[in-house]
Amino acid sequence: MRIRARGWRFRYAGRSEWAVRDLDLDIEPGERVLLAGPSGAGKSTLLTAIAGLLDPDQAGETAGSLTVGGEPPAAVRHRIGLVFQDPETQLVMARCGDDVAFGLENLGVPTDVIWPRVDAALELTGFPYGRDHPTGRLSGGEKQRLVLSGVMALDPDLLLLDEPTANLDPEGAALVREAVDRALAATGAGLLVVDHRVDDWLPLVNRVIVLDQGGSLLADGEPTQIYQSYADALQAAGVWLPGSSGPVRRASKPAGPTVLFAEDLTYTYPGHTDRPPAVSDIRLELQANQALAITGPNGSGKSTLALLLAGLLPPTSGRVDVTNVPDIGSADTPAARLSRRRRPLHRLPARQLVRMIGTVFQDPEHQFLTQRVYDELALGPRVMGRSPDEVSRIVDELLQRLHLSHLADANPFTLSGGEKRRLSVATALATGPAILLLDEPTFGQDLRTWLELIELLAELRDAGHAIGFVSHDPQFVAALADRTVELKAGRLVA
Amino acid sequence: MSMLAEPIVSNPKAPLSRLNPVTKLAMAMLITLPLLVAGDIVTPSIVLGAELLAVAAFGVRWRVFVRRLWLVFLMTGSVFVTSLLLTDQRGGTVLFDLGIIVVTTQSILVSATIAVRLLAIALPGVLAFASTDPTEFADALVQHLRTSPRFTFGALAAFRLLPVLADEWRTLVMARRARGIEAGRSPIRRIRLLSSAVFTLLVCAIRRGIRLATAMESRGFTATATRTLARPQPLRPADGLAILATVALVAGATTVSIALGTWRVILW
Amino acid sequence: MSSDTDSSSGASQSPDPTSTGSPSSRTVRSGTRWRTVDIVVAAVVGIAFGVVFAAWNALWAATGPTFNAFPPAQAFMYGMWLVPGVLGGLLIRKPGAAVFTELVAALASVFFSPGFPPHVIALYGLLEGLGAEVAFAAMRYRSWRLPAALLAGLGAGLVPAILDNILYNAAWAASWMLTYAVLVVVSSIVMAGLGSFALVRALARTGVLAPFASGREQSAS
Repeated sequence: MRIRARGWRFRYAGRSEWAVRDLDLDIEPGERVLLAGPSGAGKSTLLTAIAGLLDPDQAGETAGSLTVGGEPPAAVRHRIGLVFQDPETQLVMARCGDDVAFGLENLGVPTDVIWPRVDAALELTGFPYGRDHPTGRLSGGEKQRLVLSGVMALDPDLLLLDEPTANLDPEGAALVREAVDRALAATGAGLLVVDHRVDDWLPLVNRVIVLDQGGSLLADGEPTQIYQSYADALQAAGVWLPGSSGPVRRASKPAGPTVLFAEDLTYTYPGHTDRPPAVSDIRLELQANQALAITGPNGSGKSTLALLLAGLLPPTSGRVDVTNVPDIGSADTPAARLSRRRRPLHRLPARQLVRMIGTVFQDPEHQFLTQRVYDELALGPRVMGRSPDEVSRIVDELLQRLHLSHLADANPFTLSGGEKRRLSVATALATGPAILLLDEPTFGQDLRTWLELIELLAELRDAGHAIGFVSHDPQFVAALADRTVELKAGRLVA
Repeated sequence: MSMLAEPIVSNPKAPLSRLNPVTKLAMAMLITLPLLVAGDIVTPSIVLGAELLAVAAFGVRWRVFVRRLWLVFLMTGSVFVTSLLLTDQRGGTVLFDLGIIVVTTQSILVSATIAVRLLAIALPGVLAFASTDPTEFADALVQHLRTSPRFTFGALAAFRLLPVLADEWRTLVMARRARGIEAGRSPIRRIRLLSSAVFTLLVCAIRRGIRLATAMESRGFTATATRTLARPQPLRPADGLAILATVALVAGATTVSIALGTWRVILW
Repeated sequence: MSSDTDSSSGASQSPDPTSTGSPSSRTVRSGTRWRTVDIVVAAVVGIAFGVVFAAWNALWAATGPTFNAFPPAQAFMYGMWLVPGVLGGLLIRKPGAAVFTELVAALASVFFSPGFPPHVIALYGLLEGLGAEVAFAAMRYRSWRLPAALLAGLGAGLVPAILDNILYNAAWAASWMLTYAVLVVVSSIVMAGLGSFALVRALARTGVLAPFASGREQSAS
């Protein structure tokens, strides 16, 4: 179906900025297009509008025209398939087959026709499991492939993808792209994909459209041409260019003493005693002035390891401990340690734990505790018992350092993705820990935040912190890590 | 801490398990409502006896049964004890007198009545739940009770997120420890931890809900009346028989109790 | 500035194409027709409370079995179980929201309590939701401020106050039954009524309620 826009613009109710402005567009049936642009460029808005899903209650003003197949998008909704970013919130049913059947049920497809179409759709995307497999046991990539099956079962003429691989690890992402390729090859449907990782999608598309920050058209044409002619503008706009890699920031000083170590660390989730442990026999060290990356495929136990190192999970056997960390006292000889008989890390009161280790979770919102950014930063120091003057000094410094001053009174949940990430790192730093642990810090982040994080963490590392991070982002690891350990099925790979 | 209860394993081929979910629901309700009214011990005892026989027909293994239902037994036991302590019906022979705590034959009888009644009411529901899959249940509600498909399947889709939210809760509690906030010993601290986690859980849950709704809409989930069902579940004669049997059971038990002169309305 | 916080049932808001004023200059209405997002969010809120109930139980189990097993003491905390209905009503602002949310929460809690009679729990959920619903209906689904919330808390609380006395406490002396009932109702008014009201306001401030009338009008104040 042909997508045609003439002078189309859209603005959400109550906003003064146009999300998309003066768009003139012609996309032929069967074309495969990549829609790129910085965050906030209105790409998702455009996709939502094309899919005919703009919520009438929330709609704002629109001008110009936007038609799909010659009609208003809402009229042809059922010919359009849409896949979003978060696999978890696109699955509806507990069993795979039922989930694919869901769309068919909605469209009133007769019962006897439903199941053959379900099977065909699963086949089309190369989905590895059968109808009765529980959806809860799928990996992220498998979930997205199931979503794709569900969408393709409705036989769409046009497939819209809104950052479908942003939440996936590289292997899962590759499998999803492959599934998309297969599906499109078999059905000849058109493709419009929004993504900021251009490299990965180039093999599948024959046209690139770039929007700029204000929602206007910046470039439109054949991929390699665009990237050559507009390279600078694109980079300035925060678009990943093919073949580009991020900056590299290695430690500027030699490694300091070990501050956190794990010995024979093993952990089995309660209730999972019939399976192999989530992590086994881990031995590793974190040193000051160093950034350690923990990598490994999906399900290898990386996040579990991070939680153990952070003192948030009790090891089943083995131990995790901090040493050479200023707060815990002067003498740190083996004899002194023995005589102190301190509690293991996971038994330490939280107040003491935060002085030594700051942990940054994958989803920043999980760690928000207050209604104001200022209070969020002040919480840690207050918990530690600092005086009000010290608290405000610490908070002001952090606000400045992480460019959050203008947001001091805002509600943390209203911040943008990048701002939330910066805030969560700031709150971890507010208690002055020597060790910083991060779980997938670049998860779902755009290029700008990605670059900011590298600079920020490099700076902290060079200031004396020990940084440990879990990541499935190979470029991030390449950019920042001084040392890397790899996990496979819960064990360290030599 | 594994909070999520695993379903009681029941043999899906057992005759009672294969009944339509709405039939099982109806059976549970048919038993509950008259027993709520009855206040003697004979009626619920008869019903309970029949139910225990039916347990075998549901294909629940006895060991699993006792292990999984320890909470029901605990609850029943707790109700029994509390009734003993707080009742004012203390006629009959005094068995035990510690001033505040007085146990008499009548107080035991009265408390036992409440406990047995509770057990008789609880069991059918538990068995029905143990042998029914949520998706089947939703299908049955829409097919036979004509509930709105939008609400029923909307709720079912949300149910899929239950383990996800449970995991999220655990993460939230850990995340709070990582910020220096934990439950400790003080109830005040516990409540603050809890409220903070509840709030954030709700924010995350609502966000997910909004995304899920959009995804469902994009797959055609709107108010069309022409929705079909992929998993039809016709009612069979066995369903009708089961309902009749349940009615007969409850009516029979009540009749026996009336004949024996023991039947009375609760609270009188 | 007190913005118009009454929401009237009626036609859905049709955006005025020429108006770009802030929300405070318009009446924020929500229609009586349920959108998909209303249904799903109400259900997910119910599910979230299923999780919360389990955690709440676990938390108080740790304070000691005696406190836990003594029902008149449990009555203090009863309000927690009634929050979903009132909250759902205040959040979604459509007829049936209270019933639906409370019912879903009840069904969800069944998954965490193996052996608790599911149909009884479901029945309770349905009736407790109805209790709150009746209160909102009495306000003609137009007022969603504190009085409505407290009234809904009262309505919801009356249900277990009566039902529990019939089902569990039937053998108690009348004075104990009455004490229980009063405690339950008070707990409900405070936790489910006042608590839900505060909760919705706080949620609105996070911006997460943007698709709902309850979120939009907060942004105006």
